[in-house]
Amino acid sequence: MSRGYDRRELAAIFAGGMIGAVLRVWIARRLVTDPTQWPWAVFAINVTGTVALAYFATRLQERLPQSLYRRPLLGTGFCGAYTTFSTMQVEILMMLDHHAYGLAVGYAAGSVAAGLGAVWLTTALVRRTRVLI
Amino acid sequence: MTVWSWIAVALVGGGGAIARFVIDSEVDRVFGGEFPLGTLAVNLSGAFLLGLLTGLALSTMALLIFGTATVGSYSTFSTWMLETDRLGEGGAPGAALANIVVSIVLGVALAALGRTIGGWL
Repeated sequence: MSRGYDRRELAAIFAGGMIGAVLRVWIARRLVTDPTQWPWAVFAINVTGTVALAYFATRLQERLPQSLYRRPLLGTGFCGAYTTFSTMQVEILMMLDHHAYGLAVGYAAGSVAAGLGAVWLTTALVRRTRVLI
Repeated sequence: MTVWSWIAVALVGGGGAIARFVIDSEVDRVFGGEFPLGTLAVNLSGAFLLGLLTGLALSTMALLIFGTATVGSYSTFSTWMLETDRLGEGGAPGAALANIVVSIVLGVALAALGRTIGGWL
């Protein structure tokens, strides 16, 4: 590593990551589905986490004065750890194992469509709502 | 789950987030460009690692701590979506589409490869 990392920034990421991981595991344990069903837990986690990240990124970068530790805590730490890519990929793999090909394609496409829709809508709302939010 | 298991989930979750930040930053620093290679590297390695852990036939609790909590926290969906949207917004729709297709196709393939290797170990 050639550049030193800011310890307080790392601490903020660690703290956000702790909360994000606990919340994701808590939700996933309450919404268990088998590989032939739509994985509501990870889907809902990923879409809500993407709304939150789009809000923080747009709001903190474009609309509020720069804060050093809010983005690492809320964006990189919390939203990054709360949402997950690897579990989604293993879920798709399990669907393929069970020959649920339509579900696998639908889940992949549905997650991306909902994720991009969430970013687009949240960004548009934050940019438009100058005073309220 | 005991309170100790939740504390473990929190600690490895925080560690996964730091590992993501450092690897993402280093990959972007070395290969830095418009394309979000750091997140791609994190997500593809995360898909491989979670596949590997799945193939190892760990206990339910071990898979939850090392897989769901650690690797789940290390990989990320929200940043991938935000960067893909910003690529498209920045006038690079081809790169945005590539970021989606490459992530999913290679992600599933690497998860399968990891699981196969985990099964051998």
